[in-house]
Amino acid sequence: MTAKRFYGIAPAGIDAAKLSGQLIVIEGPDSSGRSTHINLLAQWLEEQGYAVAQVGLKRSTLVGAELERAKEGNVLSPRTLSLFYATDFYDQLENRIVPALRAGFVVLADRYIYTLMARDIVRGADPEWVASVYSMALIPDAVFYLVISLSTLVERTFQSHSELGYWESGMDCGLSRDWFQSFVRYQKRIRNEFLRMQKKYGFQAVNGNRTIPAVDRDLKVRIQQVLQRSE
Amino acid sequence: MTGSKAEELPGKLIAVEGLDGSGKSTQIHLLHQWLKGKGYRVFFTEWNSSVLVREATRKGKKRQLLTPTTFSLIHATDFADRYERQMLPLLRAGYLVLCDRYMYTSFARDAVRGCDKAWLRNLYGFARVPDITFFFRLPLDVALGRILEGRPQLKYFEAGMDLALSPDITESFRIFQGRVLEQYLVMAKEFGFTVMDATRSVHLQQKEMRAIFQKKIDLAAFHKRFTQ
Repeated sequence: MTAKRFYGIAPAGIDAAKLSGQLIVIEGPDSSGRSTHINLLAQWLEEQGYAVAQVGLKRSTLVGAELERAKEGNVLSPRTLSLFYATDFYDQLENRIVPALRAGFVVLADRYIYTLMARDIVRGADPEWVASVYSMALIPDAVFYLVISLSTLVERTFQSHSELGYWESGMDCGLSRDWFQSFVRYQKRIRNEFLRMQKKYGFQAVNGNRTIPAVDRDLKVRIQQVLQRSE
Repeated sequence: MTGSKAEELPGKLIAVEGLDGSGKSTQIHLLHQWLKGKGYRVFFTEWNSSVLVREATRKGKKRQLLTPTTFSLIHATDFADRYERQMLPLLRAGYLVLCDRYMYTSFARDAVRGCDKAWLRNLYGFARVPDITFFFRLPLDVALGRILEGRPQLKYFEAGMDLALSPDITESFRIFQGRVLEQYLVMAKEFGFTVMDATRSVHLQQKEMRAIFQKKIDLAAFHKRFTQ
């Protein structure tokens, strides 16, 4: 078993040595197939006898509902929003992820601090400040980043919603008054931020333009390696 | 996101800090009344009072869901909301902004709860250092006496019960407040607080507070901008 580490210091009261499970993160834009793949992986892992816990953003009992409501009203400053997300993240880290890892679960995270950091930085936050806020995050055992071309992203987004969402189009960023244009520019900026982070945080890029079964096979092979490494 | 902290702003930022029971809220209230009465543009804001964040804080405290980290973050969220929507724009508009507690409250309490000091300072890295921070210094026993006499129903987090210092809530409160005071005393030097002797009468303290205020802040400059 490889010992867990945090990016900076651990949150108060958490002992990394007691975390025996594995934390596996799937990152990627909306409509990149993250949740589909996480569901397939969860089923597969359980069939193999691994206990699985799933976590995602905005799911904390502490601020999840408030965050949802605040976003509807669109009244928060970018920094307030980012701190709200940070609270949500640490609540889940301390109350869900860490207990599950302590109990030896495989934790599948539908996005992690990287999405949160990229969004903040694209909105003008100081990258050092953002990195410091998230410095108490646990370093995952693996991070898979679903890379998907912009044209495929647009196609899939329209297929599933037939409209572009306000936040995923970055309409709050003032990039363009045209919704489609704003979506394209915003997603490009987020992607550039991810590419910048890829080296620093060691993401494994996964080509998400392929069919679901092809991506699924790819992910399973890689995750198998992660699990073998830690046994 | 918020511009440089070194940027000179037309307004002034004044904060009060101290233990519960130190009388700081009374003093800033009197200062507020005085400035208002003189016709200055003044804005008063309190720790942990943002409407948006209040519900989450209330819920978290009630269910005792908060860890030291989320406790700290939720207060930082509240602070950021008030800072970016009220304090900073008002400072830019030339207001006198009065704060009942500022980031030092988090530096003191959250450090006692075990949060890393460097992390806390970075978390509030976006916030300006006040033009004056009045620290109301009081011996621990006196502060405890004032609170324990008047308000025997201590709240869970207020008493630091989450730290498991003592199963007895009053005893826990004593220990917790003692540790918070230690943090304040260290910070008084680090951040150059204006230390007030809070054992004296309310009226005497207020007179001194107004004198210091006038010495450090050129109120005449504020009058000029104020057109009636």
